[in-house]
Amino acid sequence: MSATALDAHGAIDAVWRIESARLIAGLTRITGDVGLAEDLAQDALVVALERWPESGVPDNPGAWLMATAKHRAIDQLRRGKMLDRKHEQLGHELDAGRDSALPDLDAAIDDPIGDDLLRLMFIACHPVLSTEARVALTLRLLGGLTTDEIARAFLVPESTVAQRIVRAKRTLREARVPFEVPRGAELTARLASVLEVIYLVFNEGYSATAGDDWVRPELCEDALRLGRILAELVSEEPEVHGLVGLLEIQASRLRARVGPAGDPILLADQDRTRWDQLLVRRGLAALERAEYLAGALGPYALQAAIAACHARARTPEETDWTRITALYDALAQLTQSPVVEVNRAVAYTMAFGPASGLEIADALVSEPALAKYHLLPTVRGDFLAKLGRFEEARAEFERAAALTRNARERDLLRARAAGCARGEP
Amino acid sequence: MLLIYLDEQALSADEREQCYRDSTQLAHQLDVAGQYVAASPLQPASTATSVRVRAGKRVVTDGPFAETKEQLGGYFLIDATDLEEAVAIAARIPMARRGTVEVRPVVHLADLPD
Repeated sequence: MSATALDAHGAIDAVWRIESARLIAGLTRITGDVGLAEDLAQDALVVALERWPESGVPDNPGAWLMATAKHRAIDQLRRGKMLDRKHEQLGHELDAGRDSALPDLDAAIDDPIGDDLLRLMFIACHPVLSTEARVALTLRLLGGLTTDEIARAFLVPESTVAQRIVRAKRTLREARVPFEVPRGAELTARLASVLEVIYLVFNEGYSATAGDDWVRPELCEDALRLGRILAELVSEEPEVHGLVGLLEIQASRLRARVGPAGDPILLADQDRTRWDQLLVRRGLAALERAEYLAGALGPYALQAAIAACHARARTPEETDWTRITALYDALAQLTQSPVVEVNRAVAYTMAFGPASGLEIADALVSEPALAKYHLLPTVRGDFLAKLGRFEEARAEFERAAALTRNARERDLLRARAAGCARGEP
Repeated sequence: MLLIYLDEQALSADEREQCYRDSTQLAHQLDVAGQYVAASPLQPASTATSVRVRAGKRVVTDGPFAETKEQLGGYFLIDATDLEEAVAIAARIPMARRGTVEVRPVVHLADLPD
């Protein structure tokens, strides 16, 4: 393969990542069917793969793909293929007459303010779909990832992902989910689903639940990209900015939280000079926007505000733990999550000493949701050891070691238990 | 405006430090809830300077406006929707347990600087 051809393939990949969502969104509006829209967009991609290596990459590759896909759509309309496949669903757009519908395609496919993109996000994250299906469809339609890439990212077989996507598209078609942006109270509810999907994608990249790698930065970047687009499209919703702020700040630490051997480095031990200050600034700006728009902060903005407290501290000692306790108080009240309570206990210990943290942690001991959660005995052990109650601390570390599934962590916990047995914190 | 009055001699140095820590925590909690505007403790009343203008002349005297058992020791400026909410916040101010917190609605003037 010549250098030009290689360049062309690289360029096509890049263009696809950036442009495919807009392309599919515009085509969904015309055809009323996400599946068909994706087929048309893929066709345009195939044409690009054939032509660009010879002709070179056009000056405006996005527009080229758009034009090609549009011509395909028009061809299909002319040949009535879409009519066969779609008839009723296409509704009035075809009733208006094929020829008169054609000139409108130019206008229909251009989407300068991104409404189509937003509609596509809401369709991909529609509540009729399972969470897994929403994630897969979002990455496929909006992230421009191939089925194979999604499968590798989530360490599931490619056929599983392919099936999820096919089923999801069928479900959307059968449920006749309209291609629209919900309004009013429904917008808030549906937006929560979109935010959750972006958050899930990011977290899977940030601390992978499966596989050998502790982080997969590409997934984080995909989530961040989707979040930024969403923040531009629904700029008046504080929680969108809260989520983006959270992701930007978390992403700023990506380089610092993996050691040379791929081992995790926790926040307090990270080399803070390796934090990406551009991402920190973007995150703080997004948080500011969320604070400006909201009276009381929502759960994403609160988490962003906690992340911001860490981001602003040049050393761990500079961390404003008092503010973090207040943020956790609000977050705990909002989410009622026992896991948040555990984090709140840690913040209280850092701000006001181990006795105050232990008080919160003790109240969680009978919480059924935490019965197998190794971090609760881990933090209780830590607080007890700090208070010099070594025998109780040892028992907690033993309990935690029995609960964790991570071998490295188990060794650390056993070592701390042994230390407590000798009366060392 | 929540004005905190207290007997300045009532707190030991340690108690005052604890009060500052607790008050800082409260300020953060109010800020997170979108209710915080400003807060600060004040130096003792003995550091006060009182200013009056009488007959076009400035009269400056050392000491507070009035000698009383309880002095103004600090304030919280908060954003509350009604008196009930303001009173609930006032009750969370650490010094409410030792002194008195006076709740006073402010008059909104349109053209004040931000």
